[in-house]
Amino acid sequence: MPGVNMIVCCKEVPDPEAPPASFKVDPANKKVIPAPDVKHLIGQYDEFAMEAALRIKDQVGGKITALSLGRGFVMDVIKKTLSVGGDELILLDDAAFEQCDTCATAQALAMAIKKIGEYDLIFCGRQDSDWGYMQIPLGIAEILEIPAIHIAKKVEVTDGKARIERVAGDITEVIEVGLPALVTVTSELGNLRYPALKGIMAAAKKKPTVWGPADIGLDASQIGAMCLCKTVSLFQPVKESKCEIIEADSPAEAAVKLALRLREEKLI
Amino acid sequence: MAEYEGVLIYGELINGSLAGITTELLGCGRNLADELKESLSCLLTSDTVGEASKEAIAFGADKVYVIEDPLLKEYQPDSHMQVLEKLIKETSPRIVLTGHTPTGADLAPRLAFRLGVASATDCIELSVDPETKFLLATRPVYGGLAQATYTCELRPNVASVRTKTQATLERDDSRKGEIIPQKAEIDASKVRTKIVETVKEEAGEGVKLEDAVVIVSGGRGMGGPEPFKTVLKEVADIFSKGGIPAAVGASRPPADNHWVPEALHIGLTGKIVAPDIYFAIAISGASQHIAGMSGSKTIIAINKDPEANIFNEARFGIVAKYEDSVPALTEKLKELLG
Repeated sequence: MPGVNMIVCCKEVPDPEAPPASFKVDPANKKVIPAPDVKHLIGQYDEFAMEAALRIKDQVGGKITALSLGRGFVMDVIKKTLSVGGDELILLDDAAFEQCDTCATAQALAMAIKKIGEYDLIFCGRQDSDWGYMQIPLGIAEILEIPAIHIAKKVEVTDGKARIERVAGDITEVIEVGLPALVTVTSELGNLRYPALKGIMAAAKKKPTVWGPADIGLDASQIGAMCLCKTVSLFQPVKESKCEIIEADSPAEAAVKLALRLREEKLI
Repeated sequence: MAEYEGVLIYGELINGSLAGITTELLGCGRNLADELKESLSCLLTSDTVGEASKEAIAFGADKVYVIEDPLLKEYQPDSHMQVLEKLIKETSPRIVLTGHTPTGADLAPRLAFRLGVASATDCIELSVDPETKFLLATRPVYGGLAQATYTCELRPNVASVRTKTQATLERDDSRKGEIIPQKAEIDASKVRTKIVETVKEEAGEGVKLEDAVVIVSGGRGMGGPEPFKTVLKEVADIFSKGGIPAAVGASRPPADNHWVPEALHIGLTGKIVAPDIYFAIAISGASQHIAGMSGSKTIIAINKDPEANIFNEARFGIVAKYEDSVPALTEKLKELLG
């Protein structure tokens, strides 16, 4: 086979490891607002998805198109998909996409993939790093009517088939599937490689393709109706207890006091 | 248009018995069904289901649909989706719940998209709107920083539910229910994936994390594989010797660095645990770890960084290096429990 045609879906997210205090929960607008100094990243699982595609490109050759839906991308962040070895970057970037829920996002990404046309493998992260939905990739596969393997730690392509190691709890399933197929990737696959200087320079010269709703055959006024999931409320759970910090002259004494406190509370 | 009625649980079996998550779903589903004054059904699929169908009734189901077929022995989305979709079309449940497990988390979103409805994944709290009778599904977002409640105004309402978040009913073998065998009628030509091999990961010796009453977990701050086998294991062993099932666990960095097997990884992408006592040692408390252990009854944190997020979750804490504190803790626990 002349190389594998791959699409990697990624999402730009505020750093999920930023301290919780740097996120403001806005219940009225049902939004989580990161502080301005929270840096943006490509979702951690999406990075593993990118790495999965790059390894296949290393082994058997092929083309990688990164695809992302959002609004107001930070170019330095999203272009990492190119600097690590992606060939093309397509951004669904339009104000109309801001209202997308999980259902509409899956529909829009599937429509963009249809427009891209040829593909053998679609890679996604197992879940997004901010809202943590874990359903858009499976939705895309349903819409495109292609098989999906969810939570993979290894992906190989031979003889027009993919061989995938799927993590199912304590069991690893080795699965064979014909192409095209969609695969979601988990952390065990391994971290995304660092971009080489050459890659960074090549990426700097490349311009992403930007598509709006009309480019993928979507009437922006339909997006509202495509959203089937209604957010009723967004709130911060009330923390019931406060931590009792055990203090003493030395860590060892604190440890002894801790054991005694546990006994006192009849916990041990 | 079909009249939607009742709650359907997608059940899972482990070695011929109901999985823990399924008894939890039955407990939660029973409450929802009672609130709706409707019935609770459970679907069980495998090559042979056997006694588990009676177990489902004992844990709260009114009806158990049993579908047996060799193609249902292992989870394959294309075969399991076929039987689930067919049952839903025939029985029109108002609500469909799966576990947020490797199987259920795979199935629920596919099902929702196939039926043209929305699903809510990884839910921790479920209720029904008394007026509209739509499911209200609450799930953590931003790694537990906030929670969001979702609904979908199209039926059936589909949700996957996080393990260890729902109370199981007391098993009552005198409960009455109906066992309804169904034909599988799977179109094997539509099964597009093939499992060529399954490899069971070595969980190591001792108690499984899910069954442990006490968990002693270490994080990145442990610095390497050794202390998991010595310092932390020693603490767990004290409880084990006293007849309390205890196990060593880890946050994601030790698993990613191969200091411990992946089977010990506790977190959003690893195991979800809810022991009575959880020792978080040299664990910073990244949201993805918290998601896996926040159900623990008592969390005890030892961390050298007073600002570590883990102290926001813990009931007791010591600000110290583990090397300086855990040995003394071990000695004292030995004295108290020995």
